[in-house]
Amino acid sequence: MIDPAAPEFWPQLFAVLLEGTWETLYMTAIAMAITFVVGLPLGIVLVGTEPGRFLEAPLGRRWLGRAINAVLGFVVNLGRSVPFIVLMIALIPVTRWLLGSFIGTGPAIVPLTLVAIPFFVRVVEIAVREVDPGLFEAAESLGASRWLVVRRVLLPQAWPAIALGTATTVTSIINFSAMVGVVGGGGLGNVALTYGMQRYSALHIVFVVIILFVIVQVVQWLLTRLARRLSGATPAAGRTARRTERAALDLDDASIVSAPARGDADSPTR
Amino acid sequence: MITIDHVSRRFGDGPDAVVALDDVSIEVQRGEIFGVVGQSGAGKSTLLRTVNALERPDSGTVTVDGTVITGLEGAALRQARHKIGMVFQHFNLVGNRTVAQNVEFALEAVGVKGDERRRRALEMLDLVGLAHRANDRPAQLSGGQRQRVGIARALASQPDVLLSDEATSALDPETTRQILDLIKRLSGELGLTVLLITHEMDVVKRICDSAALMEQGRVVEQGALEQLIRTPGSRVAAELFPVGEAHYTPGHRIIDVTYTGLSADRPVIAQLSRDFGLDVSILGAALETIRGHQAGRTRLAVPGDASVALKVIDRLTSQGVTAWEVHP
Repeated sequence: MIDPAAPEFWPQLFAVLLEGTWETLYMTAIAMAITFVVGLPLGIVLVGTEPGRFLEAPLGRRWLGRAINAVLGFVVNLGRSVPFIVLMIALIPVTRWLLGSFIGTGPAIVPLTLVAIPFFVRVVEIAVREVDPGLFEAAESLGASRWLVVRRVLLPQAWPAIALGTATTVTSIINFSAMVGVVGGGGLGNVALTYGMQRYSALHIVFVVIILFVIVQVVQWLLTRLARRLSGATPAAGRTARRTERAALDLDDASIVSAPARGDADSPTR
Repeated sequence: MITIDHVSRRFGDGPDAVVALDDVSIEVQRGEIFGVVGQSGAGKSTLLRTVNALERPDSGTVTVDGTVITGLEGAALRQARHKIGMVFQHFNLVGNRTVAQNVEFALEAVGVKGDERRRRALEMLDLVGLAHRANDRPAQLSGGQRQRVGIARALASQPDVLLSDEATSALDPETTRQILDLIKRLSGELGLTVLLITHEMDVVKRICDSAALMEQGRVVEQGALEQLIRTPGSRVAAELFPVGEAHYTPGHRIIDVTYTGLSADRPVIAQLSRDFGLDVSILGAALETIRGHQAGRTRLAVPGDASVALKVIDRLTSQGVTAWEVHP
């Protein structure tokens, strides 16, 4: 039993929460980063290899597209259907083989990443599916390569939805990270477990809840803002727009561009 | 320039199969504007898409400027597509990129880089009168302006052929005219061969040199417009000149008179009544401007038998108009 009236209570609480918050952020950030890098291409490939899509016949082989699509769909569904607690335990040998140990905050990132990837692949899948098929058709009619289609059509159109889906994925990683105490992982979940449940400190739980709430709010707010920006203008678009403006003025000297161009060029770039 | 040779395409198998194209052959001459008309579901769209291999026929071949498109794959197909531009009914512009970036994309596909790419994209936008909107997003433009961007994008790689998939069907009549005139002007300036599909006869009337009528996956009629309007029983011509139903009354013969250019101004029918002493009645008439020229059709009811009708037709023909009897 912890006594909140004890002089060392608050400094200790503060230190414990700080460490827990750091561990949670650390696990979540790394797990999310790996998830993003692995999940984004997998999500694009999962949709792209469907019949009639731009990757239906990779390397000119239709069967290969079908095979990749089937295997990927199966793995993603498998990953999504295993409960996290089971996955975590099942992955112990894998984690040990990968990192030499399965106990602690660092190794806990392995199961966190593996539970997040299938989730994120579905997020990307939905975002990519939302892109108007007419845009792919237009790109195809222009003789664009697949890579160009992904960069210039698919991603610009899918980024806003992917940003929002990333917020959901981060929230869900934070959620799962509360359970990693089982394999000796730290984080705010572990704080609640060891101080709140095992040592009956309600205050610890209250602060853990508040901090988690704030983290989720901030992540959601940031990524919603980012999504809005992306659907208005990608940062790259702003750069190119400024260059295009200069080029437009050059053309103006050659009296090709009509007068309104000048007025528009003066207005701030969106 | 474009040869579509015995092309067939069906969707699905068994009893549910839909035959989109049934042994279709079309020949589009270099530099002409060729319109394919027909109702939705007639197979026009599928036909158009075989020309740049967005759709693969089950049988038959498509040749564009000597290249057999139906035999191409991968990089060779992409190369061929650089020479075939396409515009779409719903424009298909990338909404999260600027107007200039949308046009640049076409040049990127060809491999044009950096400043050269931006310069050429702006030139294209200038060609369609939208250089001052280069940094706007498609959503900030009107429908007509968006289609202009679509045209600029389609023509950026300097293609020889432009395919138009109902390019004006989502636009109001005035904007439709502007876009059609733009296509007409650019096809002349750039020496383009244009293949367009539409369900609007007005499009054919305004810019097409030749036309084909499609029905249930088959081409039922095709030819130069001038020729079609002089062909008895032509359905394209009947659509162009809505002279109404033929009402057959006993003792009368029905004759359709079609005239173009100068003969449209001459009082051929009044003269006919005078010369033969016939009470010719006019059942219907339509005067149209076809590709900038006056053309008209009048449906006459002439009292008398077949020999009178023949005499009348002879006289009309000698006066430089086309006439034939309409049979029930």
